[in-house]
Amino acid sequence: MRVWLASLTLALASPALADSAQPASPYAYQQLEDPRQEAQAKALMAELRCLVCQGQSIADSDAELAGDMRSLVRERIKAGESPEQVRSWLISRYGEWVSYKPGLSPETLFLWVAPLLLVLAGGMLAAGQFKRRRRS
Amino acid sequence: MNRRLWLALPLIVFALFVLAVGWRLSDPPDPTVKSRLVGQPVPQFTLPPAIPGKAPLSSADLAGKGPRLVNLFASWCVPCIGEAPVLMQLRRQGVQIDGIAIRDAPADVAEFLSRHGDPFVRVGGDMRSQVQMALGSSGVPESFIIDGSGVIRYQHVGPLTDADLPTILTELEKAR
Repeated sequence: MRVWLASLTLALASPALADSAQPASPYAYQQLEDPRQEAQAKALMAELRCLVCQGQSIADSDAELAGDMRSLVRERIKAGESPEQVRSWLISRYGEWVSYKPGLSPETLFLWVAPLLLVLAGGMLAAGQFKRRRRS
Repeated sequence: MNRRLWLALPLIVFALFVLAVGWRLSDPPDPTVKSRLVGQPVPQFTLPPAIPGKAPLSSADLAGKGPRLVNLFASWCVPCIGEAPVLMQLRRQGVQIDGIAIRDAPADVAEFLSRHGDPFVRVGGDMRSQVQMALGSSGVPESFIIDGSGVIRYQHVGPLTDADLPTILTELEKAR
């Protein structure tokens, strides 16, 4: 009985509506006709952050705004823009943050230099160990 | 002594890790997305009217018309109901407010405005979030202050509350 009641309430519950229920943008769920352009768009969409669900790319997200962003990417690439032009258009609106592929700037310098420093430190540590072992 | 220091190193690293985690937990990063267009001219756009009979909105309507508030809202957005009285209050104080309805059907916008008040001079309908993205906005509700020369001066993310009124009025004054 309790299970039955629980499933009934689940079936009757309506989800909280935070979506517009308007049709999706034309290229939100539809691929471009030209496979080369679609491949470019797809690669870019995997590197753009969804603004609503901020840990996901727009390729992964089902948020409405992510759909509108996918359509924007595809439409602009269809119109002949390069993926980097589309990326920089979005960066000029939302900041470096919208792209998962950080460029080299004073802000991201540490990000790029850190692996080099770590490898260097590791190498020095390893070299020290080898030297000690040879001596003994 | 040197050897002792080496032995303590993992503990020091762990303590630093705990400190870093503790700091981020006590001071979580701010998830609001700020538009980079603050301080820059409004991007060119033309929107159709959101409801028949009400004036539509384009970027040309914003330039050279004194400080204006542009409010991005939607009838399907619950916090937008919450900020509606605050917008009406601003309107009563003589603030020129234009609206952009995001992904909204004309009938729904009309019902929303008749139910919660219509503070807008013009309302454009942004059916596919295109202008929203051009403005660097990431959700509803959001409000922008545009100065007399058509430059975006201020962005407010989220619903306006009574507590925001002084800031908004000060920013409007600054944009004069």
